[in-house]
Amino acid sequence: MTAVDQSTRPAVVARRRPGGARPGGGRSAMSYGFVALYAALTVAFGILPTLYAVYLAFTTGEGGFAGLDNFTKVIGDFRFLPAVGHVAFYLVIWLVSLVVLVTLLAIVVHTIRWRWLSSSLRLIFYLPGALAGASSVLLWLFVLDPTASPVGGLLRFLGLDSFVQVIVPGNLPPIFAIIAFWTGAGGWIVIMYGALNNISPDVIEAARIDGAGTVQIAWHIQLPLLRKWISYMGIMSLAAGTQLFVEPQLLSQASNAVVPNDYSLNQLAYQYAFQQNDFNGAAAISLLLLVIALVLSAFFVMRGGLFETD
Amino acid sequence: MTTRQINHPGTRRGSVSGWSGRAIAAVVLLIFVLFFGIPIVWLLLASTKSARGLIVDNPFAPGSLDGLAANWDSLFGFGDGEVTTWVANSALYAVGALLITLVASIPAGYAMALTRFRFRRLLLILTLVVMLIPNTALVLPIFLELNTVGLIGSPLSVILPMSFFPFGVYLTYIYFSTSIPRDLLAAARVDGCRELQVFTRIALPLAAPIVALVAFFSFVQSWNNFFLPFVMLPSSDGYPIQVGLTSLLASTPAFNPSSAGTQSIQLPTLALATVISVLPVLIVFLFSQRFLVAGMTAGGTKE
Repeated sequence: MTAVDQSTRPAVVARRRPGGARPGGGRSAMSYGFVALYAALTVAFGILPTLYAVYLAFTTGEGGFAGLDNFTKVIGDFRFLPAVGHVAFYLVIWLVSLVVLVTLLAIVVHTIRWRWLSSSLRLIFYLPGALAGASSVLLWLFVLDPTASPVGGLLRFLGLDSFVQVIVPGNLPPIFAIIAFWTGAGGWIVIMYGALNNISPDVIEAARIDGAGTVQIAWHIQLPLLRKWISYMGIMSLAAGTQLFVEPQLLSQASNAVVPNDYSLNQLAYQYAFQQNDFNGAAAISLLLLVIALVLSAFFVMRGGLFETD
Repeated sequence: MTTRQINHPGTRRGSVSGWSGRAIAAVVLLIFVLFFGIPIVWLLLASTKSARGLIVDNPFAPGSLDGLAANWDSLFGFGDGEVTTWVANSALYAVGALLITLVASIPAGYAMALTRFRFRRLLLILTLVVMLIPNTALVLPIFLELNTVGLIGSPLSVILPMSFFPFGVYLTYIYFSTSIPRDLLAAARVDGCRELQVFTRIALPLAAPIVALVAFFSFVQSWNNFFLPFVMLPSSDGYPIQVGLTSLLASTPAFNPSSAGTQSIQLPTLALATVISVLPVLIVFLFSQRFLVAGMTAGGTKE
């Protein structure tokens, strides 16, 4: 573990290792100094909160061992399953549209030969990423309010004449998916574009000579080579989407509680902590969400190959 | 890149790759340009209108400077200038977190890339795993932790968690492990540089682009963060602008008919607040676009 060069894999860092040959004592002491602050932050805001959440989730309010009581309590809560359903429905719509549209747009933008056009398009797609958090939700509240909306005509054409008609609960998963897509897709398009640039021109050239058209090249060459990036995007977005909070929270506030304030799982955890003063129940929900995020990310670290550590 | 420069006039035989294919592609692109662009353009215009004009006028007709000034006054007059406090708070939190992030993550990425020490691999794996965990997943546990040490409500309760930025460490790590010639560092050592000097005089200047990149991502992420300050800061004096927006929303009769208080906010004023809440990020975005694109694809694509 210390100074042994264990790596034979051709990884990102496939060069001769320093230190392995000459383990200078002063240097390794220095290394501890260099990582000390970051390591302290990792412990304070990565490891400790996780352990504390585990502790709370398995204890009672008085500090006694609770076994699985907190978990059975929150899972048995009448709001829990609907919240799972809401988040799941939203995730399906969002992930499918994200994967399909981002890949399609990246490939189409990539076929453009005018550099100014291709880079302006990427900028336009990317720009909404600056409006994350509450700002993007607020902006979409305007867009979804037929009286003020820039696309009010379109909304009325769809038979939606008032804000309350737009945000009926059945419409929410697609609405959240649209907001998330609007803010997040551009960054992924840029990443996919970068990945497409990394495909060797020779491969594409060879396919062209063999008579492949743009669509065939996209389907048989670009898509398979993008697969790793697509799965990366999918898993990251799945993990992030389970944490849905700000969108339903603001919509709930703007709709006079037509949208309930326990719509998503994170909101429910928030309700437990701050309305019911039940930190153990909140910790149990947080822990469930954290485990999902951890399992997904660990899967990617282990299996992905995208992040070669050594 | 020049990938697309290859042009063979004689080889287009694919089913849709004639002009009809291109027309479809153009339509698809146009639709998405409108989808991504219209809300932003409309928002900028809306902040210059009067409340009546927003409803009655053409959505894409610009308002007037007077309208903008009126909205400005109404926004900054809200709650005795609370909005100014919120923007200042956002700046304090984002810049504070940014400074600690840089001091913590640049040396750490450097050390993990170029030296060997115990726990190095453990720290690296932790970095990767935590980097992939969504931001919001740890917010409630961090609240519970900070609650026991009595930090809730202080600026540190948002600055410190925001300073933990594993993605920055990962970017630095990738940069130092792929782009710094080790011989250069070895030469500096031969010339008698101490370890700290090797880092500050040789490695750090070379890493200027990656330092800027980490700073950018950290700033944007902290500025736009909602859930963490929402949970950590109980009093509205401490809100950053992103959380302050919810107070404004609550005072907007158009969305909250029950809010018939003295302090009501009209829709164009709310639009202006939204513009102001993203303006710093939007400006930095526009200026550093090229540079960002390079950074976002760094690392992974270098295999």
